[in-house]
Amino acid sequence: MLTFQILANGLVLGGLYACIASGFSLVWGVLNVINILHGSFIVLGGYLAFYAHAELGVHPFLSILIAAPLFYAAGYALQGALINRMIAAPVLLTLSLTFGLDLMLQNGMLLAFTADFRKLILDPPLGVLALGPVVIPVDRLAAMLLALALTGLLYLLLSRSRIGRAVVAVRMDREAAALMGVSVKRINAVTFGLGAMMAGASGPLLATIYPISPLAGTVYLGKAFVICVLGGLGSVPGAMVGGIALGIVESFGALWFGPEHATTLSFLLLIVVLLVRPTGLLGRKGYE
Amino acid sequence: MKQGVLTGLALLAILCALPLGVDSYWLRLGTTMLMYGVLAMSWNFIGGMAGYPSFASAAFFGLGAYAGAVAQKFGLSMFIAWSLAGVVAAMFAAALGFALLRLRGHYFAIASLVVAEVLREIVNSATDLTGGGKGLNLPVPQMASIDDQARFFYYAMLGVAVLAFSAVFATQRSRLGFGLRCIRQNESAADMLGVNVTLYKVNAFILSGVFVGIAGAVYASWVHYIEPPDVFDVLYSVKAIVMVLLGGAGTLYGPLVGAVLFLSLEELVWRNYISVHTGMLGLLIVLLVLFLPKGILAFRPGRA
Repeated sequence: MLTFQILANGLVLGGLYACIASGFSLVWGVLNVINILHGSFIVLGGYLAFYAHAELGVHPFLSILIAAPLFYAAGYALQGALINRMIAAPVLLTLSLTFGLDLMLQNGMLLAFTADFRKLILDPPLGVLALGPVVIPVDRLAAMLLALALTGLLYLLLSRSRIGRAVVAVRMDREAAALMGVSVKRINAVTFGLGAMMAGASGPLLATIYPISPLAGTVYLGKAFVICVLGGLGSVPGAMVGGIALGIVESFGALWFGPEHATTLSFLLLIVVLLVRPTGLLGRKGYE
Repeated sequence: MKQGVLTGLALLAILCALPLGVDSYWLRLGTTMLMYGVLAMSWNFIGGMAGYPSFASAAFFGLGAYAGAVAQKFGLSMFIAWSLAGVVAAMFAAALGFALLRLRGHYFAIASLVVAEVLREIVNSATDLTGGGKGLNLPVPQMASIDDQARFFYYAMLGVAVLAFSAVFATQRSRLGFGLRCIRQNESAADMLGVNVTLYKVNAFILSGVFVGIAGAVYASWVHYIEPPDVFDVLYSVKAIVMVLLGGAGTLYGPLVGAVLFLSLEELVWRNYISVHTGMLGLLIVLLVLFLPKGILAFRPGRA
């Protein structure tokens, strides 16, 4: 019976992880840029939800609607102004660039929000849902479903819309896409904007579950990376599979080895997968 | 070649004479500068010569610090503990290298970044051996005065720096250095032309680990107290990279120049604005990447 409970916990966690990772994976896959800022974007989205809730009484799930366009615009501008200049540079330089930006953002958040941990507490609480012996908190379940919905929307956007197809085209072949009349620079900016949007939108969801602190982004970033490696790069279904796999592994790992080893376990898993199957569980060279 | 040796000796003479005329503040700064120099020169082996974006410096540093500290806890003398730290770091680098150096680009970068995190978690939970989150106290060496102690650790760090510099010097003139430069330019071609790329890369990785490990152990003895978040700080990896980028990757003096410049910035500018320290570091990195990706030494006259 415990097994089912752990499995349920893992699935809930996994849904959220999929949402965290899908934007990160998109940016990595399309732009070949590791966006170290991704974790801090999530935290910033969390703060937005926290203050919107505390000051204006906005429900955190609603603040996604505010966060998404804001982060899209910020991501678009950042890519257009800075990262596009470095897009063809060696890995180390693009990585260092986003790392430097992240240090600045983290420092900024530390000054603006102080190092205190904050917790968004829903009033009234949503209670729990009991399915036989398996108990799931409703707020977590709702957050997970919303996370999956957001991830699904991203998938639809990429596979159905004109701009989404252009993003996929750039991922498949930069030169050919340019020859077909796609403005690669603009698509780069759109892609980075979408990645930032996914991060900013998952912030409020996570804020309902985990405490928020300025430097918490590193943990999310690590998870996004592990998920990308697990699921394969640059595809939404890959992020989905990787996210749920990591959620389940972490839940059972916490049960068997103790929660303090969760990080070590997921990173060991990462290294093993990198060595055995570097393209990930669903990985292929092209896009879906 | 001859000119290079002379420059090196002159530099060494200045560094040896430095403690004679300065107070303890400058001595401390000098020791830190040498430590940064070791970090930068070591990263240069794997990052500058072989072109692999390694973030493992923090892992080697922390591992060395803890190896030295635990060895002294079991009663080994300080010098043996430091050497042991070097051996542990080298062996760890060898094992890690065989696993990770098959990865390229982002995958290698992040996998190496993760190693420090994993080690920190392990050290944190191995409470019996390492004291866990409480940290570990080290024996204070018995010396006449605090100033003597400061001088002692300055010379110890200088010793590590000289070792690292000699290794860079020798490597650049050897088959290994030549092979590594080939790997940076085109790994597949180097492989095809008979360079044993795995062996070369692992050697570079070991070289990038061993001196950092010793420096970590010296640092631990120097500050008498270490804890996991301090010595496994990812900023050690980042600073090493920034210093090399600042000075010029793959060159002999670039990492040293970068270390001096970096420390000057850190000390002269940021110590006055402690609350924006990491933000300023971030800004420096961004500016460096955008405007100076080849380093300061790229501006030397007569160089392409």
